[in-house]
Amino acid sequence: MTKRTVQFKIYRYDPDRDEKPYMQDISVELEASDKKLLDALVRLKAKDDSLSFRRSCREGVCGSDAMNINGKNGLACLTDIDKVAQPIVLRPLPGLPVIRDLIVDMTQFFKQYHSIKPYLINNDPPPERERLQSPDDREELNGLYECILCACCSTSCPSFWWNPDKFVGPAGLLAAYRFLADTRDQATNERLDNLEDPYRLFRCHSIMNCVDVCPKSLNPTRAIGKIKDMMVARAV
Amino acid sequence: MSVAKRTFDAVIVGAGGAGLRAALQLSEAGLKTAVLTKVFPTRSHTVAAQGGVAASLGNSTEDNWHWHMYDTVKGSDWLGDQDAIEFMCRKANEVVVELEHYGMPFDRTDNGKIYQRPFGGHSQNYGQAPVSRSCAAADRTGHAMLHALYQRNVRANTQFFVEWMALDLIRDADGDVLGVTALEMETGEVCIFHAKATIFATGGAGRIYYSSTNAFINTGDGVGMAARAGIPLEDMEFWQFHPTGVAGAGVLITEGVRGEGGILRNASGERFMERYAPNLKDLASRDVVSRAMTTEINEGRGCGPDKDYVLLDITHLAPETIMKRLPGIREISIQFAGVDPIKEPIPVVPTCHYQMGGIPTNYKGQVVVPKDGEPNSPVAGFYAAGECACASVHGANRLGTNSLLDLLVFGKSAGETVVEDIAVGNLSLKPLPADAADASLARIARLEGQTNGESVHEVGLAMRRTMQKHAGVFRFDGLLKEGVTAILEVAERAQRTEIKDKSKVWNTARVEALELDNLIEVAKATMISAEARKESRGAHVRDDAPDTPEFPNGRNDNEWLKHTLWYRDGNRLDYKPVTLKPLSHDVDPIALAKRTY
Repeated sequence: MTKRTVQFKIYRYDPDRDEKPYMQDISVELEASDKKLLDALVRLKAKDDSLSFRRSCREGVCGSDAMNINGKNGLACLTDIDKVAQPIVLRPLPGLPVIRDLIVDMTQFFKQYHSIKPYLINNDPPPERERLQSPDDREELNGLYECILCACCSTSCPSFWWNPDKFVGPAGLLAAYRFLADTRDQATNERLDNLEDPYRLFRCHSIMNCVDVCPKSLNPTRAIGKIKDMMVARAV
Repeated sequence: MSVAKRTFDAVIVGAGGAGLRAALQLSEAGLKTAVLTKVFPTRSHTVAAQGGVAASLGNSTEDNWHWHMYDTVKGSDWLGDQDAIEFMCRKANEVVVELEHYGMPFDRTDNGKIYQRPFGGHSQNYGQAPVSRSCAAADRTGHAMLHALYQRNVRANTQFFVEWMALDLIRDADGDVLGVTALEMETGEVCIFHAKATIFATGGAGRIYYSSTNAFINTGDGVGMAARAGIPLEDMEFWQFHPTGVAGAGVLITEGVRGEGGILRNASGERFMERYAPNLKDLASRDVVSRAMTTEINEGRGCGPDKDYVLLDITHLAPETIMKRLPGIREISIQFAGVDPIKEPIPVVPTCHYQMGGIPTNYKGQVVVPKDGEPNSPVAGFYAAGECACASVHGANRLGTNSLLDLLVFGKSAGETVVEDIAVGNLSLKPLPADAADASLARIARLEGQTNGESVHEVGLAMRRTMQKHAGVFRFDGLLKEGVTAILEVAERAQRTEIKDKSKVWNTARVEALELDNLIEVAKATMISAEARKESRGAHVRDDAPDTPEFPNGRNDNEWLKHTLWYRDGNRLDYKPVTLKPLSHDVDPIALAKRTY
């Protein structure tokens, strides 16, 4: 890949300076080695140091640089710059309050994550060695534990947009099922009680935006379905 | 200017593996603890660790901690302190089993135990054969570990200050540490965190190099803060270049790939490691493999149009094995190298990965400095663990999987020491000096007022290029000497950086400028310490210290079996002895020997 210029339209808002947000037209010349959207953002920032966004690992495991890219949530570090239509329209993740530019306030997102008690509950005295778990039982956690809490899913979910304070959202529910599915966890009933509510779980209407945007190819909708199955199984 | 103040029993800076493990110890002991972190905890760089954490559980092959200790001392090229190494290897099983109890989703053996895989430099029976010692969750061990530790901290109600950047260490006239100043990124406000104990767990500074596996946030903040506060930095010449970073992108490909059977090949398809390490081959120690790869490339046997990389080949492995044990690697290869490793080998080059040196500590996590003739005198109120610290367990070269172990063992140990020091009354809340926040406010005011300065981006780039050129995989006397001059010039420029954005809210330009202040301290320490060490040892290999009968591998134990201490003030160097005696009387020291694999 050679040098090329890329056109952007970027959501800008600095509460110190701007009365209201605006879309900035800006372009940047890329070096041959620049492959990902994040590379381009880093170059843009070298040009205009006021452009603000979160980033860290640049390899899709830390979950920092989630944003709305041409209308779809994704990670800047995993987005091939040459495969995105220009001008590339960048907005902060939808549905959460914007603090500045592409940086949103994630308090509500993490509050929902914390609400499902995202930790193993096992009240037996810990044995001297590891608790045993068969490879098959361990396999049940695949597709669940890999979540990076980037919030791409929850902030693309209409149910989360309407009720971010009441609906746990796909990321939180994926985490809830991660513990429900763990043979070492003993809090199944408590966890299901915690979700048995018109909003917390049942606001999921299987729109499946979460599955569509997950940068780790996880499937929160399937996990939510399994929780619903467990609810039904418990009721009968 | 008055600065807000918050008071705690303990403040922990950093919420990666070491910080979270320490925090658990304090929270569960009921201490009022603040954990400051630049990023949400699960975004810390521990998340990127892949291949595993070492523990001699012996789940697949016979193993014991004595063998692990031997491998670690040998891996360190005898620069590691044997008391700390014994402590770490003996504690390994305990801390890994604890992690499993916290819910970490380790892979499993058929009988339900933690899955273990072979890793570089780890052996059975004192170097005889590879051993399966690396406890793994697929190739996402760091991610699984960091999330499990964060989750356990949620359970323990640990108090986090997320997206707060610590700025400077606060010391009083006695030299005791009383906390830190910190910047709240969302508001731009500076606050003093006043505490009886301060634990640094701020990670490494791999971003001093141009080509690095490290995250953007790895800017050596704790190391820079310690240096500015007069604490010497230990063994900073020793940097690990990981053999397998994706060529061009720098993204890490775990050594676990070779643990699962991956092979390095040169342009003619030769398994060249057989020539360099006849016994452990591709699973030799990282410094050895990185030098072998660089030699292959330098001698014209590299691959690609510019012959500037080698290939990591797993095409002979069953696709199911790759999908099950190395799924993340497959994703990374497709994303960043454009190859599916099931079908094609991955282009790789040695890439800066890990800082072996750091803030000097003992095995209890106390920061130690020379004082009144005692080389390891604890600094009251100051503790450090993980990559920012130098215990020293890695010496001149770290073994893969020992970093995740280091942060568990010494994060816990630092936490335990703080709990004990507070319980017995060794630590009290000493009065803050009147000028406690002045240094930080001056740094921020300097940035506010700076005109006609260079951009942080330009100066940072100059630093990274200088480090890459002058202090790389192989080191040359002439280049190191020039490197010292060059890096001191860059350091001058770093004092005049200018940011255009002067706003308060989430000003990442300011954060990056403040980070550069820390990086540059690490860069100076590295270059100056490296220039001065006139021998080859571990990751520090010089052209003028070749392998001779008198000095095997170029190592000179008569003159250089000692730790470097770099002081920021005047770029002064000092040295202190290596602890060759293990912790326990009934453990034999690992005797000095030539390192071969």
